[in-house]
Amino acid sequence: MTLFYTTARILRQLRHDRRTIALLVAVPSLLLTLLYFMFDNQQIFNHLALIMLGIFPFIVMFLITSIAMLRERTNGTLERLLTTPLRKTDLLFGYGLAFGVAAALQASIVSAVAYLFLGLDTAGNPGWVIAIAIANAVLGVALGLLASAFARTEFQAVQFMPVVALPQILLCGLFVARDQMVGWLQAISDVLPLTYSVEALQEVGRFADPTSTMWRDLAIVAGAVIVALIAAAGTLRRRTR
Amino acid sequence: MDNIAIGVEDLVVKRGHRRVLHKFSCTVPAGSVTGLLGPSGSGKTTLMRAIVGVQIVESGKVTVLGKPAGHKDLRREIGYLTQDPSVYADLTVRENTRYFAALYGLSAKTADAAIRDVGLADHANQLVGDLSGGQHSRASLACAIVSQPKVLVLDEPTVGQDPVLRDELWHRFRAFAESGMTLLVSSHVMDEANRCDRLLLIREGELIADDSPAAVKQRAGTDDLDQAFLNLIREIGAGVKS
Repeated sequence: MTLFYTTARILRQLRHDRRTIALLVAVPSLLLTLLYFMFDNQQIFNHLALIMLGIFPFIVMFLITSIAMLRERTNGTLERLLTTPLRKTDLLFGYGLAFGVAAALQASIVSAVAYLFLGLDTAGNPGWVIAIAIANAVLGVALGLLASAFARTEFQAVQFMPVVALPQILLCGLFVARDQMVGWLQAISDVLPLTYSVEALQEVGRFADPTSTMWRDLAIVAGAVIVALIAAAGTLRRRTR
Repeated sequence: MDNIAIGVEDLVVKRGHRRVLHKFSCTVPAGSVTGLLGPSGSGKTTLMRAIVGVQIVESGKVTVLGKPAGHKDLRREIGYLTQDPSVYADLTVRENTRYFAALYGLSAKTADAAIRDVGLADHANQLVGDLSGGQHSRASLACAIVSQPKVLVLDEPTVGQDPVLRDELWHRFRAFAESGMTLLVSSHVMDEANRCDRLLLIREGELIADDSPAAVKQRAGTDDLDQAFLNLIREIGAGVKS
């Protein structure tokens, strides 16, 4: 039950912050529109837009979560929570669920804009695109929670975005197809979770029905989420100096 | 042993390279209001953190309600108010208090009672971030008392409160103690020390007095607690130097 109350509490905090909600909803759609006008070629746009639908929620949720968790640390609420019966995993999965809900809203709106107004076309069902985008958002949340353990200030926390997120974006197949990378780059790409969610999105783009590759990729992303959340729980110490 | 709620034995705590508590020992009787007094930097907060079980300790033993401090079962029994208010500034007073109540499986009604207890009923729907400093720390206090703990550890609960509210809060603390709760309250304000059953006077990590307010005054040879405090600190200070 404390998981449920924690999720509700985080969503309430978000609800009081209207500007953040507006940014969450509007910015990805605007960026995608920008991308649309950058390319005359609908095929190139299709390819890029699909990947961006996965990358936006990942970046945004990574940033939001690492700051939110840092705030819990610096304003003393984290220490207070750890003196209550709340389980550490309930706190972290609460963040995952709450921001997962926010990501669902974001992904639905940006996907609607992409499919209805920007002519995005995928062989598979848009529902899968939204589902993978949510999985990506939760991946961002999990990695953000973990990264925030290593930051003591907001300045440090935002610096982790380029450290954790950018290499994944560079190597996920957005800029250079993975099979054209040199071996060692591909090897790095192989162990980065974003690689798999981008591949899953591309599967939805190419095939009408969910493929086994897509399922495997989703499972890998889910596994990475669980590992990151448990590792993050390990960084929460009830006793400190 | 039954009437001792908190027992501290030979507690040593280091923060950074500094030893904050040196073989510190004291006891806090159950169902009482015990004041923890001392100059800033004397180790009050560190002692409280050790009792709540969030402080890494070097050595020594801290026992709360017969269990080692930080024990899982104690999470339901201890309420802790940190010196800086630790509530969510982007939630209302009611949302904060109800969340902390819910963590203990307690109802919204219990949360509303805690809000009334700290005199914030008229501000229940205001965002904590919009409150004054004093109201902010009372919102934090509401979240500490909402679980109706057996042991309540309050780090400077009345800082920034006006005299009327301070008086009301102390009446509330007294009522809590009468209902069997054990309170450990740190303070700088001497008229508050007079309201405690017992005083623990701490200086540079060492206990220099553990007595009733009357006995502390008697030992220092003055009727003014402020002066008694200064006398004791200087007396010990002189003893150390000679």
